[in-house]
Parts: sequence; C-alpha cells; structure tokens
Amino acid sequence: MMGQPYGFSRGRKGEVRLRLDDVERGVLLSLAQQMVAFIAPDAADPGADPLVAMVGIDATATTPDDPALARLLPDAFLDDPDSSAEFRRFTERELRSTKTAHSTTVVADLEAGLTVLPDDHVPAWLGFLNDTRLALGSRIEITEDNHDELAALPEDDPRVPMFHIYDWLTYLQDCLVQILLP
Amino acid sequence: MPVAMSVAPAEVVRPEVDETVDRPWITIVWNDPVNLMSYVTYVFMNYFHYDRAKSEKLMLDVHEKGRAVVSNGSREEMERDVTAMHSYGLWATMQKDE
Repeated sequence: MMGQPYGFSRGRKGEVRLRLDDVERGVLLSLAQQMVAFIAPDAADPGADPLVAMVGIDATATTPDDPALARLLPDAFLDDPDSSAEFRRFTERELRSTKTAHSTTVVADLEAGLTVLPDDHVPAWLGFLNDTRLALGSRIEITEDNHDELAALPEDDPRVPMFHIYDWLTYLQDCLVQILLP
Repeated sequence: MPVAMSVAPAEVVRPEVDETVDRPWITIVWNDPVNLMSYVTYVFMNYFHYDRAKSEKLMLDVHEKGRAVVSNGSREEMERDVTAMHSYGLWATMQKDE
C-alpha cells in the first residue's frame, strides 16, 4: 500500500495534506516561532507609541542593518534612500504584520497537529517557507553559484545546520508550489 | 480631465498633456539566489493573474537577465504591487518609467 508522501501532497478531494515526522514538526515549529520574534512589528521598536501602531504609520523608518531583515523588508526604490524611507514609514509596519501573521498561522497549525491544511492557510505556509529561506539564505550568504561549496563545508562549520535546514525548506516549498501550480 | 474626481492634491499639479501620464510608473522584480523559479511563476500567476506562459517568460527574464518589469501604472498602483511583491518575498522596486 502506498503511504502518504512526506511533505505536501494533494488529497483525493483536492485538499493540501502535510506529513511530517516529529523531529521535522519540532524544527518547523521552532523556526516559525523564531520568525515571529524576528519580524513582528514591535520587534522593530519595543517602546513604540501605541497610537503609531494603531494608524500603522511610523514617524521614521530606515533600512534594517541586519541583511536578513533588509532582505525581508527591502527598499522600494533603487538608489533613492529618501523615497525608500518615506515608503517604509507607510508600509513597513503592515508588511511586518502580514509576515508575522503567516508565521503565527504556521505555529497554530503545527501545534494543532494538522495533517490537512485549510485552503486559506496555504498562502501563510508559502510565505513562511519563503521568508525563512530568505532569512537563512542571507545568513549563510548563499549565491547563485555556491550551493555545492556550502554543501561541502566541514561538519563543524556553524553554517552547516542552517544550510541543511535551508535545503529541506527548499524541498518543502517547491513541493507545495508544484501542487498549487495549475 | 475630470479633475474634480480627484481628492489627492498631487493630481492637480500633474501636467494634463503627457503621453506617459496613464502608465508612468513601473514595478521591477530583481533576481536573487533564494527564490525558486516555480515560486516566482506562481506569484506572477496568483497576484497579477497572468497566464502561465507570460508568468514563466517574466520569471525567466528575472532569472536570466537579472530583472523584469512586471507591471506598470500609476504611482499608487505600483506602491500596491511593490508591497505585494515584498509580502510574497520577491525583491521588487518601483520607478518612473523612462
């Protein structure tokens, strides 16, 4: 008898199914929780005026110093820091909220032990997988050409665990995209 | 031009005769080493409702040429598109079309 494959698959009724072992589930849960802490709007400025949070517009906003965060929240204008900063004031809080919501949905689904994802949770899973790959990819400084080099790093290199998780998330994300593409 | 339709002060100072006035801004998606080709295609189909052929063509332009213009329109429309691309995790910028 054919078992359900690991990762994402389509069920007979068109539903998106997720099969993970306990270790994988634990790793994803930890990653999703870390993403919430990393990207949440209040992580940017814990002492922020609550009224600012209410209207979603910040008095000032600058490109994040952390390259991983800067990749998740990129400048909207090339070579135009003033326009980028202005754009950021009006949009970054909302963007952080959207991305945080993706990860909190994943946390909730994993904690509930779901094996079938509600259709309206699928975009959150895609967003979470992509954002986490962007963050890890930035940390391990992945390029178009250095995948093999990273795969051959000695086991005691601190980038090795991140690279393995990055590769696994790549597999999971591609798996999900393939079943979503018509 | 139905100026009275607009409440945005910026509208008033725009030149009334300008051939580029209808679609003067563009959104560009840039290549990066992380985003999957399949995912980029999916985003273009899902967000812009482009068909698969057009989405794959744009994705290949991003991958091979380093960038592709994925939409054009008013500044406000491009702000929306850039924000959407960022929420999907694509690296996008906007600029005035030249």
